[in-house]
Amino acid sequence: MSRIADTFEALKRQGRKALIPFITAGDPDPKLTVSLMRALAEGGADVIELGVPFSDPMADGPVIQRSSERALKHGVSLKDVLGFVREFRQQDAATPVVLMGYANPIEALGVERFADAAQAAGVDGVLVVDYPPEEARRLVELLDARQLDTIFLLSPTTADARLKEVAKLGRGYLYYVSLKGVTGAAHLDLAEVSARMAHLRKFTRLPVGVGFGIRDAASARAVAAVADAVVIGSALIQEIEKAPRDKAAAGLKAYLSGIRGAVDGSRQKAAI
Amino acid sequence: MRIYDLPDAGGHFGQYGGVFVAETLIQALDELKQAYARYRKDPEFLAEFAHDLKHYVGRPSPVYHARRWSERFGGAQMYLKREDLNHTGAHKINNVIGQALLARRMGKPRVIAETGAGMHGVAAATIAARFGLECTVYMGSEDIKRQVQNVYRMKLLGATVVPVESGSRTLKDALNEAMRDWVTNVENTFYIIGTVAGPHPYPMMVRDFQSVIGREAKEQMQELIGRQPDAILACVGGGSNAMGIFYPYIQEEKVRLIGVEAAGHGLESGKHAATLCAGKPGVLHGNRTYLLQDDHGQIIETHSISAGLDYPGVGPEHAWLKDSGRAEYVAVTDEEAVQAFHDLCRLEGIIPALESAHALAYAARIAPRMAKDQTLLVNLSGRGDKDMHTVAEKSGIKL
Repeated sequence: MSRIADTFEALKRQGRKALIPFITAGDPDPKLTVSLMRALAEGGADVIELGVPFSDPMADGPVIQRSSERALKHGVSLKDVLGFVREFRQQDAATPVVLMGYANPIEALGVERFADAAQAAGVDGVLVVDYPPEEARRLVELLDARQLDTIFLLSPTTADARLKEVAKLGRGYLYYVSLKGVTGAAHLDLAEVSARMAHLRKFTRLPVGVGFGIRDAASARAVAAVADAVVIGSALIQEIEKAPRDKAAAGLKAYLSGIRGAVDGSRQKAAI
Repeated sequence: MRIYDLPDAGGHFGQYGGVFVAETLIQALDELKQAYARYRKDPEFLAEFAHDLKHYVGRPSPVYHARRWSERFGGAQMYLKREDLNHTGAHKINNVIGQALLARRMGKPRVIAETGAGMHGVAAATIAARFGLECTVYMGSEDIKRQVQNVYRMKLLGATVVPVESGSRTLKDALNEAMRDWVTNVENTFYIIGTVAGPHPYPMMVRDFQSVIGREAKEQMQELIGRQPDAILACVGGGSNAMGIFYPYIQEEKVRLIGVEAAGHGLESGKHAATLCAGKPGVLHGNRTYLLQDDHGQIIETHSISAGLDYPGVGPEHAWLKDSGRAEYVAVTDEEAVQAFHDLCRLEGIIPALESAHALAYAARIAPRMAKDQTLLVNLSGRGDKDMHTVAEKSGIKL
């Protein structure tokens, strides 16, 4: 079983929800990435989503775009990102790492070479934003053969026929995009998310994470009450942007701990 | 050659094309695909499209024999397909009318568009005004600086022009931003893409709407010279004017199809936009195609004197036509294009767009080596009014 499946199993036994923070590798400085990953793990991350910077992040809002641009100014490549994971793994053998990014850097390296390198580096899952299931079969095969999970997105507009398809190809967990729009957008409709979760569970036994639009403890707590995992990205990147470099890791850890508390709090609240 | 019937149901031209977008856009694309499948053969839709092309755009655009130009170069006879005479001054309007008619039938009151030089933005704003649709145009802030007049033109027509400050602040970033708008406002918004790129069904749909150019040309050449030309030339940025004239000729195997890209300061300088000549396959803006990218798969900034060719990707059907050998792709420099621009002004009294001047420049290169009874048909995709400043500056003149 994969590290991701193990993690969700353990959480389920404890009756807890997963917290999945996202940061962009190389932002604000490649020298900080591994320490930021460690800060996330210490702050309560169950899975870390590590963004691979791309010049044209079509599905991302302004915050993640900026983080990508900062990383690219340092020339951070996919190979560098794999290097960060390798280094992180030397100290942390438990926390699953999912690479999240766009197709072109992966295709430029070669999909098969990428699959090998990701496995060797200790990556657990891969989410390619612009590979919908129709275009992802080869990647899924290559990652399956290496016991790596291919994570897919679901959206509020995904039709039932597609849900079946995605549920069949998806591994690890499914990532439900909770609103129409780009990452970091505002308006999260909790009643709708809740209704959709119930509907999604008819199609899949995989854990479902919810992201896009979770910006603070309150929205994290609310989402944790209905989903298996809470994904938070833009809000973390804004924390990193605000902090002086030497305090970024400590600040990130403190901020995520607050979110962790809220996510765990949802369980107690639900129990009462 | 078997019947040419690409793309397949998934929008693929061989290994190119397809749908490479986030799940959030899939529903919108499916809706568009279904609507287009329904209307592309609907007699009423096609009649309205034809009516507008005739009465609003002024089609058919003439084919003109450039006699003095042909004499000067001393070889093949050059004919020009005069898309520059269309309303709004370029071929862009053909496609925009098609998509706007579709938007109306889909009940979308708002259209958005990306633009580089501003020609597609102007065409979109024009049609939005005519149909009473709300229109937002995304344009890189660098391009806004370079194309002040077109920005004002769009505003006159009632469109909102949104400056894009991300990435290289040019066409590719405007496209990213328009996609982001679309995914956010998908319920009431139709995205009018200006070229034969983007996710399926855009490359096919834009090609279909633009193929009126090639269909007319086929009839007109038959009338004028009693046969088809030896070669057809068109400039290629994203590739919509080229696809429009090439498509009806793909199965006319005796006709050479030549796409002319922007070599900028020269291919070896690295400052160019010659995607098919110097790029590698990859994935951008929803399709797999040739791209100008670095070794790590990051898209690199392009250069061309003509903003309309300044794009690091190219329509996936061109990628397929290149690999299959059916079309040839070449590149000419800024210098050569400007020379061709001046030649056409002086010899024929026609001021061409700098984009189209690239195709003219390559015609000037090959015509002298051809016989006098051979013919070249160049797609004169747009007029050069918008390029006055650029050309004057190049000659050291301040307007």
